[in-house]
Amino acid sequence: MTTKSLATILEGRRSQPQQLIEVLQDVQDLCGYLPRESMITVSEQLGVPLIEVYRVASFYKAFTLAPRGKHLLTVCMGTACHVRGAARLVDQARGQLGVEPGATTDDGLFTLECVNCLGACALGPVAVLDGIYYQNMTPRKLSRLIESVRPAGSEVGSRA
Amino acid sequence: MPRLAGIRDLADLGASLRTERERAGATITVCGETGCEASGSRAVIEALQSEVRSQGLEQRVHVRVTGCLGFCEQGPIVIVEPGSIFYCRVNAHDAAEIVGATTREGEAVERLLYTDPMSGGKLRTLSQIPFYRLQDRTLLALNPEVDPRYITDYIAVGGYSALAKVLGEYSPESVVREITRSGLRGRGGGGFPTGRKWAACRAAPDDEKYVICNADEGDPGAYMDRSLLEGNPHLVLEGMLIGAWAIGAQQGYIYVRREYPSAFAHARTAVEQAREFGLLGDYVLGSSLCFDVEVARGGGAFVCGESTALIASLEGKVGEPRPKDVHTVEQGLWNKPTTLNNVETWANVPLIMERGAAWFSQKGTKGSTGTKIFALTGQVRNTGLVEVPMGTPLRTIVFDIGGGAVAGAAIKAVQTGGPSGGCLPVDKFDLPVDFDTLAQAGSMVGSGGMVVMDEHTCMVDVAKYFLTFLQDESCGKWVPCRIGIDRMLEIVTDITQGRGRPEQLPLLEDLADTVRETSLCALGKTAPNPVLSTLRYFRAEYEAHIVEHRCPAGVCRSLIEYSIDPERCTGCGTCLSVCPHGAISGDRKAPHAIDPSACQRCGICAAECSSEAVVLR
Repeated sequence: MTTKSLATILEGRRSQPQQLIEVLQDVQDLCGYLPRESMITVSEQLGVPLIEVYRVASFYKAFTLAPRGKHLLTVCMGTACHVRGAARLVDQARGQLGVEPGATTDDGLFTLECVNCLGACALGPVAVLDGIYYQNMTPRKLSRLIESVRPAGSEVGSRA
Repeated sequence: MPRLAGIRDLADLGASLRTERERAGATITVCGETGCEASGSRAVIEALQSEVRSQGLEQRVHVRVTGCLGFCEQGPIVIVEPGSIFYCRVNAHDAAEIVGATTREGEAVERLLYTDPMSGGKLRTLSQIPFYRLQDRTLLALNPEVDPRYITDYIAVGGYSALAKVLGEYSPESVVREITRSGLRGRGGGGFPTGRKWAACRAAPDDEKYVICNADEGDPGAYMDRSLLEGNPHLVLEGMLIGAWAIGAQQGYIYVRREYPSAFAHARTAVEQAREFGLLGDYVLGSSLCFDVEVARGGGAFVCGESTALIASLEGKVGEPRPKDVHTVEQGLWNKPTTLNNVETWANVPLIMERGAAWFSQKGTKGSTGTKIFALTGQVRNTGLVEVPMGTPLRTIVFDIGGGAVAGAAIKAVQTGGPSGGCLPVDKFDLPVDFDTLAQAGSMVGSGGMVVMDEHTCMVDVAKYFLTFLQDESCGKWVPCRIGIDRMLEIVTDITQGRGRPEQLPLLEDLADTVRETSLCALGKTAPNPVLSTLRYFRAEYEAHIVEHRCPAGVCRSLIEYSIDPERCTGCGTCLSVCPHGAISGDRKAPHAIDPSACQRCGICAAECSSEAVVLR
C-alpha cells in the first residue's frame, strides 16, 4: 500500500475517532488486510489509541490482520445452507486445497473462508469465489470451480 | 434534475413520469438481485438489452432490472408487461425468443412458463402461480415496478407521496398517533410497538435527535431486509423521513451488513439521488423538515443487530451492548435520543401513512397487525421470499405456498427466528404465525427466517449448529452469555459424539435457564432457545444419541460409518475420484473400499455413487 492512498482514505477524517471503522474498512478494501504500519498511522491520524484500533480490528469479521490469498473462496454456513449440505462443501475445499477454513494455501493462491450467512438462502448451499456467487453447489461443482482457477501443470486455468 | 421545491413539484414530476411510462409500450422486467444473479441473471440482462438494440426496438420495449421478485428458486425470473407473463429459469440464449414474443401482443414463450406441479400444465401469469397467489404482497408489491438505482422509477409509481402527504397534512404528533393506531410492531425480532417507541423518543427533551435503520440482518437463513433495501431503497428512506418528521430528528443512519454489497450500494445511490432531488437536506419539499442520511457499512458482527451494540459500532467502537436501564430513545447515538427500527419496519411506514392505520390494522391479527415477509428456505420445494398477513398458519406457508417437501422426504420441523428462535415440529404447523403465538410455543417470529427441515436433518446437530454460531458471535462482554453458551456447546458436542450421559439433559436445561435469565442483551437472553425448543419437541432424538449412540437422521459424524457393499460396487471409480480425503482405494472394475481411519464421514461418495453401493450405518 502506498502512503498516498492511505492519505486519500484519511482525507477529511483526521481527528475524528468515530470514523475508525469506516477508515479501517477502506484500508481493508485497498490492501486486502490491515497492515501493521497502516494501523499505527490510523491511530495517530484519528487520535485513537493503538490498542483500541487493534481491539476494533480484531473484533469485527470485516478485518483480517494477515494478507489473503490471490483468490478468496467463501463457503456460506447459514442455516439454510447448513441443512442442504454446506458441510460437504467445506470437506471438499479442505481436502482439495489442503487448508482449514481461515487459512491460506502455501502457494498463496487460495484463502478458504466460512461465513455465517450471505443472504442468498433460497439457493443454498452457496459458495462465493472472488465476489461471484454460485448457487446450489455440490462438492463436484465446487471441485471444478477450484480447478478452473488453479494452474494445472504449466497450463493456467481460466475463470469460470 | 432540479430540486423539488415543494409538494406540487413532486406531484407534477410523478404525473409526467407516469405518462412517459404509459407511452413506453412493453416492459421486460428481469430480477437482478443477489439470488438471481447467482443463477445467471446478469447474462440474461445483457442478452435482452442487446437483443432489443439489435432489433431496433428501443422505443417499443424497455428492459428493467429490478430487485427481488420473490420466487428465488425459479430464478432467473423475467416478467413481461403488459400481460404479467411470468418466465422462470431463463437463460441468456432465450433472449431473442422473449423479445420476439413481447413485440407480438398476446404471445408468450410457452416453454419458459412455470409448470404447475399439481396439474402439470403451464401457468402464464404470476397471479396464477400458487406460490404468489396465496401471498399478500404489500411491501414487496413495488419491487417489480422499480429499478432500485433510479429515484425516478420510485416517484413514477407514487413514491414519496406519503411523505408529501405527511408534510402537508400531519403534525409530528399526529404521525406518531397514526403509527400507534396501526398497531405496527418492530419487524427486527423484538416486536416492540413502533408507535410507543416513537412517542418516547419524541417526548425526550433534547433538540438533537437521530433515527437509525438497522440493516445488519445477521440471522443466518434470513434475507428479507436485504431484498427490501436492495430492491426498493427509497421506500425505506421515505419511512425514515416520515420518522424523522415525527420524532424531530435531523440526522439518520442506515447501518448495512457488510455481507450485502448490493444493498449497501443501492442504499448509498438512493441517498445521493434523494439529496439531488431535495428529498434529503434542508427544507425537504419546502417544509420545515431538515434531515439527512448517511449509509454505514457494518463491521461484520452478529451482535451489532442489537440496538445498543449497533450504536456503539456507528460511533466507531467495538460493538458491545450496554445495559438498557436508560433507553436508547432517551440516550442513544452520541447519548442523544435515538429511534432505531429495522428495515422492514421503516418500509411499512409510508404505506401506513398513505393508506391509513385502519387499512393496516385490518390485516393480520389483533396483536400482530399487517403483513410480514418471511425467507422460506431449506428442505422445501419452493424457496424464496413470502409475504403474508400476520397470523397465517405455518402449514399454509410451508405446504401451500412452499409446496411441501422436496421429493421423497418428509418434513419434520421448521426453524423460525434464527439463533434467537426455535424449531417447531410438524404437529404444530396449524399455529398462526404471530408474535405472541410463536413465543408461547418456544420460538419466535424473529426477523422472518423460516428454515424448513426434513428427516435428513438431525435436531441435535441443529442445536449444536446454533450454539457454535452463538459462541462464535457472542461479543464476550457478559459472563453468562460467553461462558454459558460455551458450556452448553460442550454438552451438546458430547451428545453428538456419543459421549453424552442422561444426566446431562437436565444440566443443559439448567444452564439454558441461567443464560436466559442473566444475560445482558436480548441476543444472550434468547440464545438458549434453539436448544430448549429441540429438547422440548425432539427429546427422543437426544435420547437416541445418548442411550443408543445412534443419530437417527444419519448426520452426526461420530455416530455413523460409511462402507462399500462389494456386491453392489461396480468398480467405476467415481467414489475414489470424488473423495476429498483420499480415503477410498480400489482397482478399476473391482469393488472399492473405504479406509475408516482416513474417512471423515462427509458422505460425498454416497451422494455421488450411482449404484447405491455406499452404505450408511
